[in-house]
Amino acid sequence: MSQTLFTGPGPVLQQRIPQRLVSGRPVKHCLHLRASRLESVEQAPPDPILGVSEAFKADTSDLKLNLGVGAYRTEELKPYVLSVVKKAERKIVDAGQNHEYLPIDGLASFNKATINLLLGFDHPAVKEGRVATIQSLSGTGSLRVGAQFINKCIPGKTVYLSNPTWGNHKGIFSNAGVKWEFYRYFDPETVGLDFDGLMEDIKNAPNESIIVLHGCAHNPTGVDPTKEQWSKIADLIVDKNHLPFFDVAYQGFASGSLDEDAYAPRYFVERGIEILVAQSYSKNLGLYGERVGALNFILSSSSAAKKVLSQLKVIARTIYSNPPTHGARIVSEVVGNEGMFGEWKQEMEGMAGRIKGVRQELQDHLERINPDKDWSFITKQIGMFSFTGLTSQQVENMTNKHHIYMTKDGRISLAGLSSSKAEYLAKAIDDSVRNC
Amino acid sequence: MRHAAPAARQLQHTCQQFRTICSSSVSASGWFGNVEQAPKDPILGVTEAYLADDNPEKINLGVGAYRDDLSKPVVLNVVRAAEEKVMGKLFMEYLPIGGLKSFTEKSVKLAYGDSAQCIQDARVAAVQSLSGTGSCRLFAEFMHRYMPGAAVYIPKPTWANHHNIFRDAQVEQKGFRYYKPDTRGLDFEGLMDDLQAADEGSVVLLHACAHNPTGVDPTPEQWQQLSKLMLKKHLYPFFDMAYQGFASGDCDRDGQAIRIFLDDGHNLGCSQSYAKNMGLYGQRIGCLSLVCADKAEASAVESQIKAIARAMYSNPPVHGALLVDNILGTPEIKQQWYDEVKGMAERIIDMRTLLQQNLEKSGSSLPWKHVTEQIGMFCFSGISPEQVDLLAKEHSIYMTRNGRISMAGVTSRNVDRLAAALHKVTS
Repeated sequence: MSQTLFTGPGPVLQQRIPQRLVSGRPVKHCLHLRASRLESVEQAPPDPILGVSEAFKADTSDLKLNLGVGAYRTEELKPYVLSVVKKAERKIVDAGQNHEYLPIDGLASFNKATINLLLGFDHPAVKEGRVATIQSLSGTGSLRVGAQFINKCIPGKTVYLSNPTWGNHKGIFSNAGVKWEFYRYFDPETVGLDFDGLMEDIKNAPNESIIVLHGCAHNPTGVDPTKEQWSKIADLIVDKNHLPFFDVAYQGFASGSLDEDAYAPRYFVERGIEILVAQSYSKNLGLYGERVGALNFILSSSSAAKKVLSQLKVIARTIYSNPPTHGARIVSEVVGNEGMFGEWKQEMEGMAGRIKGVRQELQDHLERINPDKDWSFITKQIGMFSFTGLTSQQVENMTNKHHIYMTKDGRISLAGLSSSKAEYLAKAIDDSVRNC
Repeated sequence: MRHAAPAARQLQHTCQQFRTICSSSVSASGWFGNVEQAPKDPILGVTEAYLADDNPEKINLGVGAYRDDLSKPVVLNVVRAAEEKVMGKLFMEYLPIGGLKSFTEKSVKLAYGDSAQCIQDARVAAVQSLSGTGSCRLFAEFMHRYMPGAAVYIPKPTWANHHNIFRDAQVEQKGFRYYKPDTRGLDFEGLMDDLQAADEGSVVLLHACAHNPTGVDPTPEQWQQLSKLMLKKHLYPFFDMAYQGFASGDCDRDGQAIRIFLDDGHNLGCSQSYAKNMGLYGQRIGCLSLVCADKAEASAVESQIKAIARAMYSNPPVHGALLVDNILGTPEIKQQWYDEVKGMAERIIDMRTLLQQNLEKSGSSLPWKHVTEQIGMFCFSGISPEQVDLLAKEHSIYMTRNGRISMAGVTSRNVDRLAAALHKVTS
């Protein structure tokens, strides 16, 4: 990436150009014939994930299908605002709530609700004050605050990311000045978890490294460890004194059950392992644009939790000062009201159910069209995404020939697939696999 | 995106020189046993102390959030109306990384003037950001990468968080004289001397109006002189505009400094916040804009700012953007908003007048005319940190230790007591 070269003082030529009117006043505009100091700023490439939606919008074909960004769509391929969210918003507006600054660490009732959801209500870690929670800007913001904390308070540690992982993980840690490496995760042969590779790489990592783990519904692969595998991973992490950093972006969205999807972080806490957890309410409550999430440190002592929280606040203060109110209020309303909480759980099951349904349909179509290939990974994988194993050439074919938009790594978002388009997608995948 | 290793090592080394360092030896005390307790935020910490005080006559003159004459937070009528409309939209999708385009377009027009040439030339890079803090942080990160080696000149004093933001973005900071304690006014000669001596290519952070914490602004003539000097010295103006409309009650007048600089041909940067002037504090809505040489440069600059934002928070929150977009969207509602902002500014000006009158009547021998000469939400009282502590301890009156009074916390009910207490601790 080239840097702007500031070349220092030099002759500056001034040239009078015709008078222009600015704000109604004639103005003498002097043009400095000297290179702009920002001239060599390069145009950045479009974001690999968010850029897909932009390309999709520009496509005029009727056949187009957006399987890029992980935002839930209904069967009619429309965005979905949950009814509990509409109810909560109505309540908030009717209550005439104000728009005052939240404390740096966020809305207290939201912070209580979010840790209860993560660990289960009445968890001893919470009662004992061993948890530091800071509301932040969804998953990204929570991860970034965590990364800055690592850089400042536990410097010199390397973060290990799964290969592959959500694209933005790399940028978040790099920009926070934190070194990262990969650990093996996805096995293209089995289209499943490379468990031996994972264990070996985590074992070979220097002691006291930081391991980023996806709590459930791994992004982009949809491949999660089994409970037995989580147990072995935990054993190794204890041995190596590693610090797990869970990214929990899909709690409730993967299986439809909040509790089941929180199995991994809860298990680690039960094992007495200190963990970091970034949470997001983008998907499970459909609050994408509201940017609501939390960073949690579940620790072995309350004094450590207190000190950690104080540092998190100092870090957040220079990024955004205090987090946005609206989304946090919605979450707090929904979780705090028994009726709404129950309704939420039902709607979440509905969303997760639709995705499981289209996964099955997609797999059925593919098995029918191309019985020679093993397509079972589609229903073995879980959550919003499927790692199809398509190569970048095949992905290009999907887009250029079939107007199907997905990320270059072969990831499709099942949330963007309708039952009525499942066959079309199956045919396109089959074509790309056979002919490219 | 840069590859992590060499840059990360260098950054880590630099960080270690400046930060509270916590031991990197983990095993002895667990992962976090050596994390140090961070100090409380000086500004937000004041409100915490205030809340803990059970004196029913306590006064909070700490944080700069507007209060009405009954000391209550205010939600503007235009905001209430906008909330009703926005609620029906059912739009919660991710915004683009750069935010709601309709919002940023209106925001830039508000800052620069509807018919600003740079807007017509389509050479303004603009992104929706997390209020003023977020805008400043994005700019600081951009400066770190694309103006390497350039220092930022920051007025003495300034909003405390400016120092933290540029520090965390690893940008070198220098100060320039601004406030003159003797006059409780602007040290214009000092300012011009210090910027005359600044390295070419440096960035100069300027408060567009209603300087925080002093309330002391340059006159239009002084802005003109400063603009010429900065052109000559190739200094980059970065305006932090957190109070447009809130200072004088007139948005165009409060944007005057920026307009003067634009007319002179500066390619400047601007951070805007809607926290105060629309009372949208908690919605975190603002805009960062950079005037560029041409359309292509604006596109490139915007793309890089977006890359920085993507790794910070991915995309900005939608709610506040929809509200502001709605309010600025029609001339009638915009005018209503102008009227409400004017109302807030006028109440503050009235409180300044009352406070000064009461102080002068109290028999204080100190000069207090700065109370009405300063502008905006804050009054730099000129009292010492020890006197600030006394005010808190003995009078349950809370403000930041630099003697900054948030005038928004002054009411017709408490102004007498405030004047009396100020006189007591300063006599």
